[in-house]
Amino acid sequence: MSVLDLSFRHKFPLWGSFLVIVTALTVSATLMVETYWELEEDLEINMGTVARALTPQLFPAMVRDDVWAAYEAVRTPLRDVAETDPHVGYMENVVVVDRDMKVFVAAHPALARMQRPLAEIDPDYAAAAERLRSGAEGGTGFFKIPGSRRAFFHAPIAEGRAQLGTLLIVVTEGAIMPRFLVIARDGMAAGALILCILLPFNWYWGRRMAEPLVLLTRRMRELGRKLPERLDPALYTHGDELGSLFHTYNKMLAELEEKRELERQVVRADRLAALGQLAAGVAHEINNPLGGMLMAIDTLKRQTITDVRTAKTIALLERGLAQIKETVSALLVEAKLKSRNLSHSDIEDVLVLVLPQVHKKGLHLDWRNAVDGEVALPATLVRQVLINLLLNAIHAAMLQGQVACHVTIDAGRLRIAVTNDGKLLTAEEMGHLFEPFSPLSEGGHGLGLWVSYQIVHQLGGDIVASRNDGQMHFAVELPVGGEPA
Amino acid sequence: MAGSAPIRIGISPAVLHDQHGAMIDLRRYLEGKTGRAIELIPRSSYRETFDLMRQGKLDFAWVSAYPYLYLQRTLKVRLLVVPLFQGRPFFRACLIVPASDKTTSGLLDLGGKFFAYADPDSFSGHFLPRYELRRAGKDSRTFFAKTFFVHGQRNVVRAVADGLADAAYVHDFAWDALAEHEPDLAAGVRVAARSQEYGAAPIVARANVDAADARLLQRVLLEMADDTEGAALLKGQRIDGFGISEPQAYEGVGRIMRAMGRP
Repeated sequence: MSVLDLSFRHKFPLWGSFLVIVTALTVSATLMVETYWELEEDLEINMGTVARALTPQLFPAMVRDDVWAAYEAVRTPLRDVAETDPHVGYMENVVVVDRDMKVFVAAHPALARMQRPLAEIDPDYAAAAERLRSGAEGGTGFFKIPGSRRAFFHAPIAEGRAQLGTLLIVVTEGAIMPRFLVIARDGMAAGALILCILLPFNWYWGRRMAEPLVLLTRRMRELGRKLPERLDPALYTHGDELGSLFHTYNKMLAELEEKRELERQVVRADRLAALGQLAAGVAHEINNPLGGMLMAIDTLKRQTITDVRTAKTIALLERGLAQIKETVSALLVEAKLKSRNLSHSDIEDVLVLVLPQVHKKGLHLDWRNAVDGEVALPATLVRQVLINLLLNAIHAAMLQGQVACHVTIDAGRLRIAVTNDGKLLTAEEMGHLFEPFSPLSEGGHGLGLWVSYQIVHQLGGDIVASRNDGQMHFAVELPVGGEPA
Repeated sequence: MAGSAPIRIGISPAVLHDQHGAMIDLRRYLEGKTGRAIELIPRSSYRETFDLMRQGKLDFAWVSAYPYLYLQRTLKVRLLVVPLFQGRPFFRACLIVPASDKTTSGLLDLGGKFFAYADPDSFSGHFLPRYELRRAGKDSRTFFAKTFFVHGQRNVVRAVADGLADAAYVHDFAWDALAEHEPDLAAGVRVAARSQEYGAAPIVARANVDAADARLLQRVLLEMADDTEGAALLKGQRIDGFGISEPQAYEGVGRIMRAMGRP
């Protein structure tokens, strides 16, 4: 794995730190080089000032061959340096040479004796003498001897066209290096301080940027296996690309959830439809022989049966067949039966029917019946659905709990909403709610909701169960005057 | 009117004319004792002091042996007082060399070297070494590689200590005073030889100076060693006191100067 494959969590801070350090180093290096140049320039300017102050005194001294006056003059800058500059001695010597390149006088006579040819002092001086003699260094200027720690500043001692000699200021590396090192040290300390501030900040910022991306990546990877959790928008609140990525991800997730829910509903509806068909088919197949068997038993009963055992057996058969018929007719929801239209009192009758049970559990019933006059819906079936839902709700509600039943008509649709505050069903339970022989049913044969579902669907409507505010909701919607499907 | 005019005293390089602090102390002392305004007028060369005397701008001057003879001959100056060293009005010239020079023991060891002269008109600092070389059959102009003037006793010591010059002559009392005041500077040189005695650097009076002024100043200077403040000032210059001397004390100097063609 190369560095480039590292997680953003490491890559952002590392890359940022790298850039911060490189920037700091580049800026420091540039400043230091510039400082060095400036120091060199300063030195040349200082030497020029010294030379301008000295040469007017040196010219008459040389004319009179006044060694002492010249000596006093060339000593002055060295004395000043010693007193004012902490880096004493960067001016190694101040030498006056005559036209023959011999020492006229030097501030440090021990280093450059009078009358000594400049070339004989040492190789540096010899190189300087050579450059001066060759005329390569005309006028006033500064030159370094390659491979040497010395630099020479030179100025002619002349008036008009008469040049008596040359003033040489010999400077060692100490002229710049110690001062430069002090400045460089201060500069580096400042740089280190800036790094101390920037690096943790960069580290924090890098991680702050990387964390949401890392989380997003992890969630995206889960996407193939299951629907991952949504991302907390508080994790990244800014409106930049990352923020928009967050937003898009959450939106995509919401759409995926919606799609999956839709698929689940389709599957459930298909399953219920298939179950309905199967149940109806089986019921029909059973109903025909059943009718024959019941007629046969009826015929048998009309004959005089003396045998007690036989009479008992016939009675047993009749009860069994009656139970089968009852179950089969429950399965066989027949919505196409002719029925009269629904009226206000049909709904109120249901209230009367369930009230004893409401009172028994001490429930508070919120009842609203908005049906006025006749509604073009089969009264029997609607009542059957309403009774089913209400009884379920009463059964599920807590003692002294709440049950609400609202029947309304709105935009050509009859709406029934039944709510209770009982135990909430799990998502799993909700998924199989409308299937026959529901295990949720306590006491009944678990066909109530299935029958209601079949009725509502055959009437072209819809029934939906949901959980809301800690309550179970059942909502039925039926198109008024619609032809049964 | 003469009593209120300041007394003007020239200070030549014979003494440590560039010790300005000591000069101020001396002026205050003399003003206190004479009750007169005193002007001390230092110059870096004898020639300048001569000129001031000639122009009548000095009443008195502290010169040295040859300048006294010169001024006596040309301007008829008179001896006022002479400094006393170990009680006597004489000094010796010291040949000094850098402390690093362990071998030189006399002038004749300095052939091909750099020699610093104190002043063109200095007896000990200029004429004496040349006279000694001549006596040894040498020509000072070719014997030394180079000679130059440094003007003043202190500069003589500096030139040798710095290594600019390889040797020079200095008055023994000036040397002693310097050794005390500036031991660092003095440590840079070594006394290689001492000459015989010559008449000490005198204070002279202009020929037509006010007699009362001359008597006043002479008395104050002669009594200087007797009071504490005066004695302290004298000690700073390594002088015991001032005394009266006769022109004959400078006969030795005069003889050498005549031999050098300077009557």
